[in-house]
This record gives sequence, C-alpha cells and structure tokens, in this order.
Amino acid sequence: MSNSEIEKKAITKFLIHLHPVNVNAQAIKYTRTFGLGGIAALLFVILFLTGILLRFAYVPSEIGAYASITYLQQEVLFGQLLRNTHFWSGMLLVIVSFLHLIRVIYSQSIYYERRKNWLYGLLLMFLVILSNFTGYLLPWDQLAYWAVTIMTNMMSYVPLIGEKLATIVRGGAELNEGTLLRFYNLHTGLLPLIMVFVMSIHVWLVRKSKGVTVADSSKKEMVPTNPQLVYKEIVVALALILLLTFFSIFVDAPLQSQANPLVSPNPSKSPWYFMGFQELLLHLHPIFSIFIVPLLVTAFLIYIPYMKDVHVNVGVWFHSENGKKITIWSVVYAAVFTFLLIVASEYLLKFQLWMPDLSLLITTGLLPLVLYLVPSALFLYVMKQKLNADKTELIMSIVTILLTGYIVMTVVGSLMRGQNMNLFA
Amino acid sequence: MNLIKKITRRSFIKRSILTILSLELVYVFFNLLKKSNDRLKPDNLFEAGKLDLFEKNRVYPFSSRRFYLSRLEDGGFLAISTKCTHLGCTVQFSNNEGKFKCPCHASAFNKYGEVLAAPATRALDIYPITIQNDTILVDTEKPVKRTKYESSQITYA
Ligand code: HEM
Ligand code: FES
Repeated sequence: MSNSEIEKKAITKFLIHLHPVNVNAQAIKYTRTFGLGGIAALLFVILFLTGILLRFAYVPSEIGAYASITYLQQEVLFGQLLRNTHFWSGMLLVIVSFLHLIRVIYSQSIYYERRKNWLYGLLLMFLVILSNFTGYLLPWDQLAYWAVTIMTNMMSYVPLIGEKLATIVRGGAELNEGTLLRFYNLHTGLLPLIMVFVMSIHVWLVRKSKGVTVADSSKKEMVPTNPQLVYKEIVVALALILLLTFFSIFVDAPLQSQANPLVSPNPSKSPWYFMGFQELLLHLHPIFSIFIVPLLVTAFLIYIPYMKDVHVNVGVWFHSENGKKITIWSVVYAAVFTFLLIVASEYLLKFQLWMPDLSLLITTGLLPLVLYLVPSALFLYVMKQKLNADKTELIMSIVTILLTGYIVMTVVGSLMRGQNMNLFA
Repeated sequence: MNLIKKITRRSFIKRSILTILSLELVYVFFNLLKKSNDRLKPDNLFEAGKLDLFEKNRVYPFSSRRFYLSRLEDGGFLAISTKCTHLGCTVQFSNNEGKFKCPCHASAFNKYGEVLAAPATRALDIYPITIQNDTILVDTEKPVKRTKYESSQITYA
C-alpha cells in the first residue's frame, strides 16, 4: 500500500465511527437535511476551540472582566477576531439549532424510533440557549449586565419558586461578582461538558435509527459514504469557516461601556432569542407569559411524536402536498394575526382599564390569551373543513402558528421597539 | 403495565442507588450555589444623615446605596428602592415631574412608590428605617416587598 492509501484508510476508519460505509443516495441530497446538524456540530467545535483560547485572556471578576475584554481587543494580536469568531459562532449556533429543529419537524423525522432523539434534540436546544445566555454576561458591559438582569427578573415571575430560582441563578438579589463566577463556570466548564455527552448520544441515536429519514423509503440505492457524503461535508465545512471568518473580520461583536448597576440604558432588552418572551410579557400577565404558555408549549413539543392515532409519512416534507399548503396558510395567518394583535394590544385593547374591578389575572392574562386562541381555533377549523386537514396536518399547523408567533414577537421586540420600549419609536 | 414488568429486583436496586446518588449530587450543587450568596454583603445599617437635613416634600437620592429617601409633607420618611418592580432596571427620580421613571420600559412611580404607569404592577420596594438620636438609619440589606403603598409603611421621628 502506498502512503496516501494508508492515509485514506485511516480517514475512512475514523469517519466510519460516525457514518456507515454506504448511505442511501437520497439521504445525502443537500436539501434532505440542509446539513444543519453537521453545521451545528462544527460550530460547537469552533466555539470550543475559540473558547479555550479566550479563557487565556479572560478574567472572571467584577474588576477584571471588562478590562480583560478591552485588553484582548486592543492589545492581543487577532484578539478582536478571536472574540468576534466566538461571538458570531455562538449566535449562529442558536439560529442553526432552531432551523435544524424546524427541519426535523416538517420532514416528519421525529416519530417511532426517532422519538427519543427528538427529546435529546430539545435538550440540546435548551443547552445551546443556556450556553449562549451564560456567555452573554461575561464581557460585563452594560448590554450584558442589563440583559441578564432583565432575564433573571423574568424568571422571578414563575409562581411559587420563581423568586428562589432567580436568586439561585444570580447568587443573590442582584447581579454581582458571584453571578459572574457561576456563569463563567457554567459557560466554560459544566455546559460544554454536558453538551459533549448529549451530542454524542444524539449522533449515536441517528445511526441507530439507520440514518436520516428519506422521502421514499422504497428506493434503496446505496452509495459509498466516502467520497460521496464526505466530500459534501468538507465543502460545507470549508464554506462555513470561510464565511464565518470573513464576517468576523468585518463585523465586531458589540461591546458597550462597563456595567454600571446605577444606570440602566434605555431601552434595556434581553438577548434577542429571548425577546419573544419579553414581547409576550408586555401583552400578557407574567404568570401566563413566563410560566403557563412556555410550559404548555414545551409539553406540546415533547408530546408530538407520542401522539396516538396519527398517520405520518416519515421523511416526507410537510406530510403531503396538502400539508404544504396548510403550512403556508398557517404562516400567513400567524404572521398577520400576531402582528395585528400586538399593535391592537399596544394602542386599543386595555381590558385592565375598562374592567378595573376584575383581577389582573383575567384582564391581562385570560382575556388576551382567549383573544389569541379563539381565532386560531377558528383558523384550524377552516383548515379542516376547506382543506380536509387530517390530524397530522393540524398538529403541523399548530406548530407553525407557535413558531411563527414567536418569530414575529422576536422581530417586533428586537427591531421595532425603541425608547421606552415604544412600538415604532 | 409494561413498565412495571420490566423492573426486576436487580434493576430496581441499581436504579435506586443511581437515583439517590444523583439526587445527592444535585442537592450538594444547589447548596453550593445558595451559599455563595451573602458573603459579599456588608451588614451594617446605612447612615443617611441627620433629621433636619431633609426638607419636607422632597426626594433625596442615595444612588450608590440604590435607594431614594422620600420625606413626605407630614415629615414622615420612606426609603424607596431604585429597583424597578417590572424587570429590575434602575429607576431615576425626575424632580421636574415629581416621579420615579424607569428607563427600560417606561414604568413610572410617585413619591410613595405607587405605580403611575404600567408595565410595572407592584409599588417600589422599601427599606426599613430606624431613627436614633435624630439620625436616619436605613437597612439596605432588607428590601421589603409590597403590592401597594399604605400609610403604615411611613417612619416618623
Ligand atoms: C465549548 C466551550 C466554550 C468555551 C470554553 C467558551 C468560553 C468563553 C469565554 C471565556 C467567553 C468570554 C470572552 C468573551 O466574552 O468574549 C465566552 C463568551 C461567550 N460565549 Fe462561549 N465558550 C464555549 C462555548 C459557547 C457556546 C456553545 C456558545 C453559544 C451557543 C457560546 C456563546 C458565547 C457568547 C454569546 C459569549 C459572549 C461573547 C462576547 O460578548 O464576546 N460559547 N465564551
Ligand atoms: S424594568 Fe422598569 S419598566 Fe421594565
């Protein structure tokens, strides 16, 4: 054997631990997965490496944190680039994980032997957000300080345990050095460690279910993984690294002035991926927006693949042509209706002023919720009557409404609110 | 039930041990998180100043201690926390408008700490005040939560 052949063998052997020798030809079409899981894994590796380097410069203390970041940016060769790369990879990972989640739902890839992996996937999404959130505090600038203040105070609205929970997260009534230390340790120690485990299980479960779902499981044409799949992966990986590097060269990660607990910036916002919640909190009583609604949505997401009496076409995008139509209608409905309701509740609907005698739980909680649920139920009913939606398609429609609603709230909260959180200010 | 059938004596013991160990770990971890709390807090009362330093019907900032001392028309005192009850931003007293305003989402409070404008729903927290030898002492470590203002919250000399 020549040298290059041995080399090739070693590479193949390594990859075989992640991939089978042969794969279904349909599974490696780019539009099957859009490579999202792989991109997320690569981003994690990039974050891991840049994060380890950042640790050499970063000082997790109230006095040291901000200074160490400015030192990194101004004095260290490529320090700014290092920070930018870590920052943008972290943001991209949240987006990519979210898209990945959307991909597996709509391609009906969460049922039967993949149920368990859906749960691990949800757990990973949670861990990604937690990682990003704990990292967000570390620069200890105004943006970081107030975003985390707002977020932890949102937590304290959870009934009964909220106040305790927020205190445990912060390590006190206010953000302080102790908070910074525990976020630092979670961010650079515990969370990456847990994520490595969960990611391994996640990937292993994909292989255990014989790879990703395919649109037509009767077609069994197999092709060798190396080079057919491996080359595609390499192209995507290189393209991602290239784009990320260019982006990080030209766009700096934000850094405001050092954290000052005495002065809050106007407006103060939580990190963008929590802005949907902050927006919801403006319209809905905290007990509903911070507790009941998220709890129900999470329970619903967990429950989807365990639902009884549903007929699913595993691997088929949107279940059917009809399902595609229904999904598009659901996006349109949810986008328009959510937006209108936000505007209406901002300027017109003031139940608490019209009915001051009723409990706030009803006027700012139950009523707005009903105002969202009733038209949505009506919409589902129309879908059922007019487009003959079956159970699977209705579930998909509900998922679509929830996701679209959250995205609309995120966009409104992060981009359309200015001073004093006024709309269009 | 399928689940119950699957549990044998051996697996039951194994699982119990694992569960107890994990619970123990979680418990220790949470305790660790709880403890580091108060270590950074100074525990003395803050001396705001002599009684006659403060005019009636005015509000005095003690920004670094995160409270405002509000002296009311009748000479009573309220030490009002600067922490907005909505999501925890720092409110500022505007002397022109005579109210506390939150820069984050525009909640407003009057000099008693009562809500004037949503999204906040609760009156601003207060700190306990004691008056010794005509000196005002504020316990800035013990914010008192309240849903609304009541006259019993005022401290008189
Ligand atoms: C895997 C190991 C990781 C290590 C060792 C690590 C380490 C660090 C360190 C030392 C910082 C502080 C320096 C700074 O603020 O620029 C930081 C910040 C940050 N990290 Fe990580 N990190 C890791 C993974 C992640 C992941 C998975 C995410 C997101 C999903 C993430 C998102 C962030 C964010 C958003 C910041 C703030 C960045 C900034 O403002 O510059 N990190 N990380
Ligand atoms: S934190 Fe003060 S209004 Fe939101």
